Amino acid sequence: MQKLLLLGDEAIARAALDAGLSGMYAYPGTPSTEIMEYIQSYPLGTEIKVHREWSSNEKTAMEAALGMSYAGKRVMVAMKHVGLNVAADGFINSAITGVNGGLIVVVADDPSMHSSQNEQDSRFYGKFAFVPVYEPSTQQEAYDMIFDAFELSEKYFTPVLFRITTRLAHSRAAVKLREALPQKSLKLPSDSSRFVLLPSIARKRYRLLLNTYDSLRYDNRITKYNTFTDGENRSLGVISSGIAHNYLMENFTETPPGFPVLKIAAYPYTKDQIRNITDKCETVLVLEEGYPFIEESLRGFLDNGKKIYGRLDNTVPRDGELNPAIVAKALGLSFPSGPDIPEVVKMRPPSFCKGCGHIDMFNAINEALKSYGPGGVFSDIGCYTMAALPPFSSINSCVDMGASVTMAIGASDAGLFPAVAVIGDSTFTHSGMTGLLDAVVKNSNMTLIIGDNSTTGMTGGQKSQGTGRIANICAGLGVEPDHIRMIIPLRKNHEENIRVMKEEFDYKGVSVIIAERECIQTASKKKRSESSNE
Amino acid sequence: MKNDIILSGVGGQGILSIAAVIGLAAVENNLFLKQSEVHGMSQRGGDVQSHFRLSDKPVMSDLIPYGRADLIISVEPMESLRYLPWLSKTGWIVTSSNPYINIPDYPPVEDILAEIRRIPNNIIIDADAIAKECGSVKAMNMVILGAASPYINMPFESLGNAIRSLFGRKGEDIVSLNLKAFEAGLKFSAEPVK
Repeated sequence: MQKLLLLGDEAIARAALDAGLSGMYAYPGTPSTEIMEYIQSYPLGTEIKVHREWSSNEKTAMEAALGMSYAGKRVMVAMKHVGLNVAADGFINSAITGVNGGLIVVVADDPSMHSSQNEQDSRFYGKFAFVPVYEPSTQQEAYDMIFDAFELSEKYFTPVLFRITTRLAHSRAAVKLREALPQKSLKLPSDSSRFVLLPSIARKRYRLLLNTYDSLRYDNRITKYNTFTDGENRSLGVISSGIAHNYLMENFTETPPGFPVLKIAAYPYTKDQIRNITDKCETVLVLEEGYPFIEESLRGFLDNGKKIYGRLDNTVPRDGELNPAIVAKALGLSFPSGPDIPEVVKMRPPSFCKGCGHIDMFNAINEALKSYGPGGVFSDIGCYTMAALPPFSSINSCVDMGASVTMAIGASDAGLFPAVAVIGDSTFTHSGMTGLLDAVVKNSNMTLIIGDNSTTGMTGGQKSQGTGRIANICAGLGVEPDHIRMIIPLRKNHEENIRVMKEEFDYKGVSVIIAERECIQTASKKKRSESSNE
Repeated sequence: MKNDIILSGVGGQGILSIAAVIGLAAVENNLFLKQSEVHGMSQRGGDVQSHFRLSDKPVMSDLIPYGRADLIISVEPMESLRYLPWLSKTGWIVTSSNPYINIPDYPPVEDILAEIRRIPNNIIIDADAIAKECGSVKAMNMVILGAASPYINMPFESLGNAIRSLFGRKGEDIVSLNLKAFEAGLKFSAEPVK
């Protein structure tokens, strides 16, 4: 069969297509974005009629996916780790309802927070929801696992969590493809009452779920991915999972490790699989990317059993992603290093693109706020978060999608004036709209500034649900039409924009200022594709 | 055979085209490879890197271990130094001499070049000027790839074929510009140091 060079994200996307995917639902988020992008650019996508439009947020994506699964088709949903917090309600309850067509939830964790606010480990969500978890370590394994994940999902009527981390998501390798399977046909669940989670039904479903979770761990589609390799040296055994397994084996490219190794790539694992290595070895080292998930389960609260090394005793650092050197050190191996970085090398943090509309927007905000005093600008997740850095230093918060609006409400309630929220258009339609409704209903004294660049900018310019609709949405939510103000963030409008901002800060109620100018990256991309089509 | 290469530069400078060329050539030669990239926030004018690993055996880690890189290919001089902890004792640095200045405290270029020259195996090339002579400064990344190509374990023809297939859909003019830039870079590093 054909071999392709694919990112981990792309291998997952391609596998889903080849496994008969009917729909893909997602909201962009690093490092998961390329999964949907691959499916959107798949040349046969139109012909095979696979649904592949972005969703407003991870919750709507998760629920749409559950709906497609209800109708009997294979479906996948993808998000970054913090996106699963947004989708958590639907995700956890989808385990209780169970699925009909195979449903895979891909979650890309970002340890070391390359592009994120935390490094939460999604495997806990799997355990929390009683849902099996796959954690591939290579692109090929990711590709192959998707087929098993769909089968497992359909056999046990369970959603499957597919956990990857940044380094696999964004690393490319050759992947051998399989023959593509046809899509499933429309088929209602045999027992549709299970999707009605009334307490009386939910109680039964929950007991069933607990039993299923215990039995599916013995399924070959799980057990075959947890592989044991024996070794003569029994003083140490190593349990490695996901990408950490690659870093372990990097230290043994010339000679085999010599000690027993258990590679974990699917959860829940069985007691026998764990005992097989712990009984043989005097001590155990656990290597995993993310939280000490396996390590904690091995130690237990009392931690009075076998000697275990890992993140919890600082044999491996407690936070941050792993690499081959960290693993070498944990094993007591020597590792080389090149010269230190010379002092002449300066930091080069990300910055606004030259000509970006956000620059003019924040220059105006800073100027307009001068006469009021600092401390009251709540912002959000997007390129504009870079305004926290010099030379702007404009914003005082960035917590989670949509929190700018709602934190401004709370601060205003506490008496802070002016309370200003700054959010992007895509983040606004993701999770800002409901907060704005709260503000309207209680007539909060606050000003919401929406930096509308008509795209989801930071993740590379994906379609934004609110494009062309932002003012209407605000009006529909009940913001007074006189206090929905449109400005164009350009240098030449600087004075005018400051005037508008001050007027709205002084208005005692909810006002919205829409600073509308297209992202210069997407604008120039559009121009390029137009000229190449001529 | 193994060849561990770090590609570096600033977001938007085109290091991923270099990676794509080496990747295509590796596939033509049936080599194993892993190539790790940086996406997301750091692409906005920040430092970017890609770890490129080629081998005749399966590659394990997606990241190059410290001290093991055979080659740093950089389209920006200060960025070439950021990855020194990865460079092996016998490794090479091939870098453009043209600074990309988007930070207020960018150091004097001479200080940067002096640090690069302290690495025994270095090639510093005015890639912008050479690319301009070839027809467009945009081809500077292919000039640097050409200059680095003697240190990549791959036949030159494979890299040439890869350039043809990568730029093919953009037309023959773009293909020949990039091939010309690649060859000019190769010629530069083949010449004895004056």
